[in-house]
Amino acid sequence: MKKVIPGLLVFIVALFIWWLACKTGFFPAYALPSPGEVLLSFKEEFRAGRLVNDVVASLWRVFVGYYVAAFLAIPMGLWLGRHRRVRSALLPMLNFFRFLSPLAWIPFAILWFHIGDKPAFFLIFMSTFFPLVLTVMSAVATIPSIYFRVAHDYKYTGWELLTKVTFPAVLPQLITGLRVTYGIAWVVIVAAEMVGCQDGLGYGIWEARNGLRLDSAVCYMIVIGLIGMGIDRILYQFTKLSNVRWGYER
Amino acid sequence: MFVGVMKDSRTTGSLLLDKVAHGYNGLQVIQEVNLAVEPGELVVLVGPSGCGKTTLLNLLSGFLTPVSGTVRTEGLVRTVYQQDGLFPWLTVAENIGMGLRGVADKARREQELRELLELIHLERFRDHYPHQLSGGMRQRVELARVVAGDSDILLMDEPFSALDYQTRIRMRQELGQLLEKRPRTVVFVTHDIEEAAVLADRVLVLSQRPTRIVRELSVHAPRPRNPTDDVVVEASRAILEELGLQVHR
Repeated sequence: MKKVIPGLLVFIVALFIWWLACKTGFFPAYALPSPGEVLLSFKEEFRAGRLVNDVVASLWRVFVGYYVAAFLAIPMGLWLGRHRRVRSALLPMLNFFRFLSPLAWIPFAILWFHIGDKPAFFLIFMSTFFPLVLTVMSAVATIPSIYFRVAHDYKYTGWELLTKVTFPAVLPQLITGLRVTYGIAWVVIVAAEMVGCQDGLGYGIWEARNGLRLDSAVCYMIVIGLIGMGIDRILYQFTKLSNVRWGYER
Repeated sequence: MFVGVMKDSRTTGSLLLDKVAHGYNGLQVIQEVNLAVEPGELVVLVGPSGCGKTTLLNLLSGFLTPVSGTVRTEGLVRTVYQQDGLFPWLTVAENIGMGLRGVADKARREQELRELLELIHLERFRDHYPHQLSGGMRQRVELARVVAGDSDILLMDEPFSALDYQTRIRMRQELGQLLEKRPRTVVFVTHDIEEAAVLADRVLVLSQRPTRIVRELSVHAPRPRNPTDDVVVEASRAILEELGLQVHR
């Protein structure tokens, strides 16, 4: 409980400053909606059922795109980490795509997948796959060699070596990598939905802009921030597993 | 998965180096080493730092192949490292369990595990992780792991040198007791002269690079020995003399 209080205090102060900025007319009403207006807008969106629908749509897109990216990136990273030749061959390309903003893919996403869930899946995949491969790959490449010597002594080979030595050795870094790339996915989905979709949180903000309903936009922003934090808290729970604690405590 | 028989009182591991020489990029590290280690023998290699002790162990474990000469080991070889050889994601019991992978019967494995935990006095720590243990406790787990199951030859690469002096003395005693209950062929590398004299059946003093054996010295006394025992002091003096560290007054 004590840990929550400072954060809560900052939140209340921020809310107060926001309210004051509106009340004193420092920001005119058309440029910044007041807390009260946003609250009303929340009620309205909920009653219309639009907000819930948009949340579900966004979560689904991030889930699918991110799941496919992780499903392919983790094995690929594990494999590349152990093969220096292939790694040095693929590294420049992986880095190239990592630095290519996923938003640059938007024209292709729409051309190839039209409008709907698919371009969003594609953009989430493109934004998370490359950093995730690189994270896992470099984690594997930096496993202390002593673990592999010990594994050799105790006859771990092939599949067993991968699942009982390599994978648990990188798990703490993998969890951190998943948290970071999930953050990227959640940021990208908003932009992806502004152009490629007919619903979702990003589309909601775009609609609010078109209708000059900034109160509704703020209401969507709050939801995006809260869900992002919430899912990160869930991923954070994995760092409490007893067989990964070692990675965070030394 | 390999299948083997449990070894209790008999040992089979033997080890032979025949005219072994090794080097890297033209730099000769090991000149010509001949060494035969009998089953059940504890041989300590002691030498100045940077003398290629670790290279020698890597040759023995098969991690390196010598440039010339032959290395023959008979039996299952396992190594104890200076530190961090335990898998941090496994508990004490699971780490020791690695050494019991060759034991097919589950009940037998559990019984072995219990005996080993008792031998190293860590029964209460079976579900702890390595990072929750002290350095001495971790090395005890390593010792239990290498003697678990059907190992024959143990290579020890300065296993106690990262520990404080008092813990080190205790660990030597524990190693002696452990080997009494589970005899193994041991090649022990150290730079600690006292440690060599306290533990060894036979001490081999190594030269500066390129390494060769300059002195062979048998210590005839049952373990456990104290650093202050006459045989130990006598052996220490001989080793110091050989290394040119003994002061003459």
